[in-house]
Amino acid sequence: MTDLRKTPLHALHLELGAKMVPFSGYDMPVQYPAGILKEHLHTREKAGLFDVSHMGQAFLKGADPAKALERVTPADVVGLKPGMQRYGLLLNEAGTIKDDFMFTKLEGEADMYLVVNAGTKEGDYEYIAGKLAGAATVTTRFDRALLALQGPRAGAVLEKLSPGIDALTFMHVVRATVAGCPAIVSRSGYTGEDGFEISIEGADGERVARALLGDADVLPIGLGARDSLRLEAGLCLYGHDIDESVNPAEATLMWSVAKRRRAERDFPGAATILDGRPRKKRVGILPIGKAPAREHTPIADKSGRVVGEITSGGFGPSLNAPVAMGYVEAEFAADGTHLDLIVRGKPMPARVAPMPFVPHRYKRT
Amino acid sequence: MSETRYSKDHEWVSVDGGIATVGITQYAAEQLGDVVFVEVPEAGRALNAGGEAAVVESVKAASEVYAPVSGTVTEGNAALADDPAKVNADPEGDAWFFKVKLSSNDEFAKLMTRAQYDEFVKGL
Repeated sequence: MTDLRKTPLHALHLELGAKMVPFSGYDMPVQYPAGILKEHLHTREKAGLFDVSHMGQAFLKGADPAKALERVTPADVVGLKPGMQRYGLLLNEAGTIKDDFMFTKLEGEADMYLVVNAGTKEGDYEYIAGKLAGAATVTTRFDRALLALQGPRAGAVLEKLSPGIDALTFMHVVRATVAGCPAIVSRSGYTGEDGFEISIEGADGERVARALLGDADVLPIGLGARDSLRLEAGLCLYGHDIDESVNPAEATLMWSVAKRRRAERDFPGAATILDGRPRKKRVGILPIGKAPAREHTPIADKSGRVVGEITSGGFGPSLNAPVAMGYVEAEFAADGTHLDLIVRGKPMPARVAPMPFVPHRYKRT
Repeated sequence: MSETRYSKDHEWVSVDGGIATVGITQYAAEQLGDVVFVEVPEAGRALNAGGEAAVVESVKAASEVYAPVSGTVTEGNAALADDPAKVNADPEGDAWFFKVKLSSNDEFAKLMTRAQYDEFVKGL
């Protein structure tokens, strides 16, 4: 346990009574005394505060960092407007998914701001720096804190600590002052709810977190509820729902492959991704009974032949029912297809269902 | 009079007149967190001590409940399927999992007393 890294909020988690677990090399809160169920429901009803400081923040510097970044992602980076953020896939040379990440252009700034997943951050930035050599350089900022404030009350709560911030709309980003601390604030998140991600200096992490927790509408939320919230929202968890064994077409993430990039065909694995027919596809799966189907549960067709596997599965507190996603052979990927999940050796009926399972409630206007 | 003993897998067993009632301990319920799904064995099923008997799942994880004693199931607690949260509310009372007609008393006698179990949990 001694070699686990700590985020700038570690002492605060212990003070709040969190149950800590190892996650991506960090000692992280999986839940607080309220428990996963209450934390999940509170986030959908009011607002939850998540410590996501373990994620990999960095700045990309260069003459044209946006153009350079397009070497490793099929997203439209060049066309992103200043003051905005976008989701992208980091592709390896074969065109399979090395990671997923967020990239941001700050108003009036040349550098781009990136956030990648915690478990892959060292490898990602080494890879990006290598591929972009000569065009852009990476400055990692793993010392910074990153907080997510999510839920329908997030706007009202943050407005009190950062007047004017509630005017920001989905996927917009600004530099602002939060509880007196300089911050990069984006209107985005990983729960399907309205909310913000707040990047601050590590030394300011606890101060900002305490100010947010001082609001009666805010509860601290652990990784357990973070997982159930994102699963209900149909969002992928890297290393589970997507990894280097799948490409964007198989992962049904082609919406993140920009139209211009499809025409230019200049990203890794473009021919395979654009011209191939995916043999398997990521789909949402709703078990028809009450038993949750966990990761690695085999998926069978009605004749008993295994046609896929669950990659994320559990109980959805807002649906009060089990929810899952996984990969099935392409011919079984249509919504409404009836399949069986092999749970503890027994077939449990399930159907392919559209995601998100809980409607997104982003602040688009 | 019933007597209650405890297993290292955190089940409690209460025996009265040759019938054992089995559930999970308060400690186990706290470790699991919010219970969202329970599957109990049906009457007539033969259980062997140490074998899988029931399933309890929290939001985060699935766990097996092992049979601490051998015997034939006389009843599963059907109420848990409809209201799994009972396991967190009253694990050592209302939220019993199943009852078995004991095939012998030897296994029960080898389980821990409350004092021994409390000591065992302290060491975890």
